[in-house]
Amino acid sequence: MNEIYERLNQVFADVFDEDVTVNASTTADDIEDWDSLTHITLISAIEEEFGMKFSMKEVVGMNNVGELAEIVAARRKR
Amino acid sequence: MLLPAFTELKRNLKKDFSSLPVIKLGIIGDCATQHIAVALRGWGYEKGINFDIFDSDYNQIDAQTMDPASELYSHGCAYVAVINCTDKLFMRFCETPLDSRKDFAQTVCESITAAWSRISANSKSRIIQFNFPVWDDRIFGDFGAKTVDSFAYQTRKLNFLLAEKSGEYKNVFICDIEGIQSRVGESALRDNKMFCIAKMPFRTDILPLIAKSITDIVLSAEGKIKKCVVLDLDNTLWGGVVGDDGTDGIQIGELGTGHAFTHFQLWLKELKNRGIILCVCSKNNEENAKDPFINHPEMVLRLEDISVFVANWQDKASNIRYIRDVLNIGMDSMVFLDDNPFEREAVRSLIPEITVPELPENPEEYVDFLRAEGLFGTASYSKEDRMRTDQYRAEAERVSLQSKCADYDDYLKSLEMVAEAKAFDAYHFPRIAQLTQRSNQFNLRTVRYTEQEIEDIAKDDKYITVYFTLKDKFGDHGLISAVIMEKREECLFVNTYLMSCRVLKRGMEEFIINTMVETARDAGYKKVVGEYIKTPKNAMVADIYEKLGFTPNGDNTFTADTDSFKFNKTHIQKGDI
Repeated sequence: MNEIYERLNQVFADVFDEDVTVNASTTADDIEDWDSLTHITLISAIEEEFGMKFSMKEVVGMNNVGELAEIVAARRKR
Repeated sequence: MLLPAFTELKRNLKKDFSSLPVIKLGIIGDCATQHIAVALRGWGYEKGINFDIFDSDYNQIDAQTMDPASELYSHGCAYVAVINCTDKLFMRFCETPLDSRKDFAQTVCESITAAWSRISANSKSRIIQFNFPVWDDRIFGDFGAKTVDSFAYQTRKLNFLLAEKSGEYKNVFICDIEGIQSRVGESALRDNKMFCIAKMPFRTDILPLIAKSITDIVLSAEGKIKKCVVLDLDNTLWGGVVGDDGTDGIQIGELGTGHAFTHFQLWLKELKNRGIILCVCSKNNEENAKDPFINHPEMVLRLEDISVFVANWQDKASNIRYIRDVLNIGMDSMVFLDDNPFEREAVRSLIPEITVPELPENPEEYVDFLRAEGLFGTASYSKEDRMRTDQYRAEAERVSLQSKCADYDDYLKSLEMVAEAKAFDAYHFPRIAQLTQRSNQFNLRTVRYTEQEIEDIAKDDKYITVYFTLKDKFGDHGLISAVIMEKREECLFVNTYLMSCRVLKRGMEEFIINTMVETARDAGYKKVVGEYIKTPKNAMVADIYEKLGFTPNGDNTFTADTDSFKFNKTHIQKGDI
């Protein structure tokens, strides 16, 4: 799980173009630029990083980075 | 070709665009377009363009095009990208009564072209229309490929209709999304959940490629196009080394590994047919280098396909500079292809403006690699393009005559030149538009026009137009110059004066200036006013008006008095060709 968070931090830094440290309880409210448009970019970038896909339901339903990381852990290909 | 990721392009948005030339562009679509706008602006930065984008709200095609006071029109767009998506097309198809489906493509095409007409009536924007990636619903299985009632059939037909119609609207360009899908595949292009939750018809990771496609169209329309390919020979055009292996020993032809090179030569010959000049630059002795072109039965390219052939032992950068001087084109319009990484690097470092693609190691991949690079976009195509190689070969003969003549004046006399000066006509609209897009050096104001705009100007009695053709005893240069003059109250103002650099220093400059003044005088004008607008490339014409008898006004405009003008001497006869 630590490794997933490390890589997520890199993806977040890449998408938001600033140093971000996320943990299980981080939500969209915690990062200023995290709007619905950036959410799409973020989802695509995480899918690319871990070689997996989120479902539509997951994309609209996840409440925090913890839930996101759980899905990644269960489905990652790399 | 490896493009930067979407997130990288997004990061570019924070960079400093202030030194880059601005191109205003509007985006309207029946889907979400924000990410496309981000990718486009970010890719523009990579290509040195500051895209000033008006990105309209969701589903605003009709609203933005119908209202003459819309935000789209008030943005003053040079380009409008119209993004229709297949997802919406499918919904519309499903709503279409069964009996009307056979006419579905026609009906949709009419509504799309109606938007083109509205944009053209309300603005000067060029239009970049997305076509439709085919999404086969498989309702009929493969039978859908033959029945007019299927969605796949109607989508394919619609793409053809749009292609056909765009030929009638000269300011419309097609962004070939269907072509992109056939190269990358449906799953690389779309992600169902993205359309469901965000109305995005494309995956974010394909957006850099889409942004590149839009930008390539813009760059072509702005005249930034490739005109010439300089080719190495050994292991580039054929397998093996002709100096060692002999003409019999090189690999070329139907069979075996030679086919990779045959395929490459066929592709290059098609480039030549569409107007790209082919030249050879090889470290070889000339006799050996030319032998396969003359004697190998399976060579596709022959000597007559090559405009300038240089084979010697000098460094390639010097030889390429020589080729550039003979052709008289910009270095940035040239592409150098060589299998040898060392030669590529040497040329790249000595001539930074030239494009040197990093050819793959395996020759069977040359063509697909170059297809993906997408270097050879164009915004027009005319009959003149096919003649270009012959024209440059004739030029080489002129160079040799010149070396035999006692002086330059003698040489000009011996060329027996005849020029034609006529008002723009329908037959020549494509070539004239193309000249306005291609000419950079001999172009006084560098105003770019589409065919449609040229046609409008030709029909507008506020303008006087003249095109010029030139031929001599070695051949026909075709249409090499265009002049557009605006009727103003106090003078004729030269809106456009450009000339192909192929005919520099033949007395054509003088002939054109004389014709301008004569035309103005005959139309009852006392004055002709010309203007020079400086660009990075047109320094050669900075003082042409003054040199040829106009008086400078001190603000980069120049005036000729039609009554007292001293006409320039030329050796060109006025005539009908």
